[in-house]
Amino acid sequence: MKQQDPRLLVQPAPLLKQPLTTSMAMFDVLLALAPATLAGIWFFGLGALLILLASVAGALLTEWTFLPADQRRGQIANGSALVTGLLLGLSLPPSLPLWMAFLGGVASIGLGKLIWGGLGYNLFNPALVGRAFLLAAFPVAMTTWSAQTGPADFFQLASSNLAAPLMHADYDGLSSATPLGLMKFQQESTPLWELVIGKTSGCIGETSGLLLILGGLFLAFRRDLDWRIPVSILLTVAILATLLFLIDPTRYPDPIFAVFAGSLLFGAIYMASDPVTSPITPRGAWIFGIGVGLLVVLIRYFGGFPEGVMYAILLMNAATPLIDRYSQPRVFGKGLESARSGHE
Amino acid sequence: MNALRAVSLFRRGFAHGVHPPDHKALTAEVPTQRIPFASRYVLPLNQHLGAPARPLVEVGQRVRRGQRIAEPTAFVSTSLHTPVTGWVRALDRRCGPDGAYQEAIEIEADPYATQRLEPAVPRDWRSLSLEELVEELPHSGIVGLGGAALPAQVKYSLRAGVRIRYLIANGAECEPYLTNDHRVMVERAETLLRGIEILQTLLGAEETIIGIELNKPEAIAGLRALIQPGQGVRVVPLRVKYPQGDSKMMIRSLLGREVPAGLHAADLGIIMNNVSTIAAIADWFETGTPYIDRRVTVSGPGIARPSNLLVPLGTQVREVLRFCGGLSEDTREVIMGGPMMGKPVANLDAPIVKTSSGILAFTAKDTARPREYPCIRCGRCVEACPYFLNPSRLARLARARLYDEMKRLNLMECVECGSCTYSCPSGIPIVQLIRTAKSNLRGRRRAVQG
Repeated sequence: MKQQDPRLLVQPAPLLKQPLTTSMAMFDVLLALAPATLAGIWFFGLGALLILLASVAGALLTEWTFLPADQRRGQIANGSALVTGLLLGLSLPPSLPLWMAFLGGVASIGLGKLIWGGLGYNLFNPALVGRAFLLAAFPVAMTTWSAQTGPADFFQLASSNLAAPLMHADYDGLSSATPLGLMKFQQESTPLWELVIGKTSGCIGETSGLLLILGGLFLAFRRDLDWRIPVSILLTVAILATLLFLIDPTRYPDPIFAVFAGSLLFGAIYMASDPVTSPITPRGAWIFGIGVGLLVVLIRYFGGFPEGVMYAILLMNAATPLIDRYSQPRVFGKGLESARSGHE
Repeated sequence: MNALRAVSLFRRGFAHGVHPPDHKALTAEVPTQRIPFASRYVLPLNQHLGAPARPLVEVGQRVRRGQRIAEPTAFVSTSLHTPVTGWVRALDRRCGPDGAYQEAIEIEADPYATQRLEPAVPRDWRSLSLEELVEELPHSGIVGLGGAALPAQVKYSLRAGVRIRYLIANGAECEPYLTNDHRVMVERAETLLRGIEILQTLLGAEETIIGIELNKPEAIAGLRALIQPGQGVRVVPLRVKYPQGDSKMMIRSLLGREVPAGLHAADLGIIMNNVSTIAAIADWFETGTPYIDRRVTVSGPGIARPSNLLVPLGTQVREVLRFCGGLSEDTREVIMGGPMMGKPVANLDAPIVKTSSGILAFTAKDTARPREYPCIRCGRCVEACPYFLNPSRLARLARARLYDEMKRLNLMECVECGSCTYSCPSGIPIVQLIRTAKSNLRGRRRAVQG
């Protein structure tokens, strides 16, 4: 009568899990970025594609090299290094020498993530750390913007793209100022339509506002990003820009320009909303977003740079632990009047 | 009208929580069936919160179904009755529901006994006072059947000056798979309403609210049809959301009130009991039946014939599974209770106890743990926690064993509902880490006091 029972696990409950995993969330980000990425390659040609590949390669190679052998497969497979590399690549100018893009990828993962303890422990957005590193190391290359080549000259590489490492790069006569640069230094506006579809010079992935917003909506719908962060950043910038525009329309651009020009949309939707480096609480997300928006306006309008999204986000990244600490919601049942008068 | 109802439901809900698929269709329509009597029963002396019961029988003694075989030893303790006629075979340590051996009474059923329970004369409960109810309930062996297993009398012993306005019958049954409360509300609606009448009268409560999740329309409609106007009883449908059945969430949903931390519902003039508990109290007063038969939902992907069963306490899990067609080949885990808060069964010798609401079998596909990734602070757990804790932070602190820091972050308010682990895309066992921390802190306190 003795029967064999099946070998049973004694895993504690809950046994049910919602189906989404971290690597699926990373894949969602890749999917959301795909239209803007393809548009960037379309606008800027083969050079853009090579830069994206170089920065992704730098990121993945660094991840692989510095991770313990038993963690490599899992960590690479979760796609976070891929996302970092792609985000960095999209935030680079299309005429950047490829070796710099590669080095940026290395810095993103190495200095931005691994030295903090790896995924989930970094204080600053890794892609932005890589970008800040490049901007500090190669200020000229990072602020030389080539005009769009268009699909006709797809295979035409800028000579600077192929510059040898550590050698002086030649920037041919392609240079063309970004909409924000035009606004800041020449008081020249760019037609709105060109900003929306992305027919301007600028970083590879930042030019097409429409595609960036579409990807952002997808991520918000999938709950992969906290919608409060992009919304609060964009609202803050729009409100402040409106105020400034009303004060002096000749000096300050209109708010729609302020939102669509430069890397604000790209930064607000894809960089600032990085969950690791932004507050975890809903109230914290609002504070964080408003802070980024304020800093963007301060840097753009009153600082020396035409663009300030990167530094704005990095500065607020640093404030994230503090924001988290002071924005914890009230615990259910705690801090009520009746609690004090009731028991004991 | 419908839109209006949707709005009011939206406003009435509690915040946060998760929406696991409920899997109740497997057994929701299956009528409760009595399992045949087995030959051997194991009744642990501690099936309730508080002090274990003290045996009143000796080895070899003949006992009759329904006879009291152990008595309470403290206020927070209760009686135990034998569910079968037979002989006491042992007073010894036996495999408990969690696999650990504990003091128990083993009973061998008399195969020739009728196992019929002679109904007692209905009691005149109307002459009782609330104090007498509190004295009476420990004799019934009834405990809170929603999972807490708090001896029934404890809730009804009120602090001086407390007046109860609302009695809440908890019919949320928010745990996926489980349908035993649902079947009680469908099959024993009259008994439930009589139980409500008893408690409402003895408490002097103004109103009784039966809270039922919207996924049990049969129970909602059935009870509504039986309730007389002017009876002061009302059925309120609730959103299907986990953990709707948590008592503080339920009060938030039904009355819009927040029970302050450290206080009980009674301090706000509210008493809540599970619908099954209330029906059991009605049985005690009407037929003198003590708590000896447990309604169990046997379900899950590893079960051949998912069923709702009426099982005598002490029946081995193995017998219950055999009655439902046995476990499938690929079963990897058996859970006692619900899939969110239940306990794994380590040994199929484990007996059904007073709180065994479900026996669920899961296959390798369900039990496979996803690869665990570092926390990326996505905040899903923060938006899942119904108590507004920060599970992400707590899990990180638990890994570092910073238990005191966790306590500062209100660790002890956690009810271990598991919504955080359910929602985590990184596969971090958040609630499991929290449980470890809590038991460590409790153990430490005991060590200091002891």
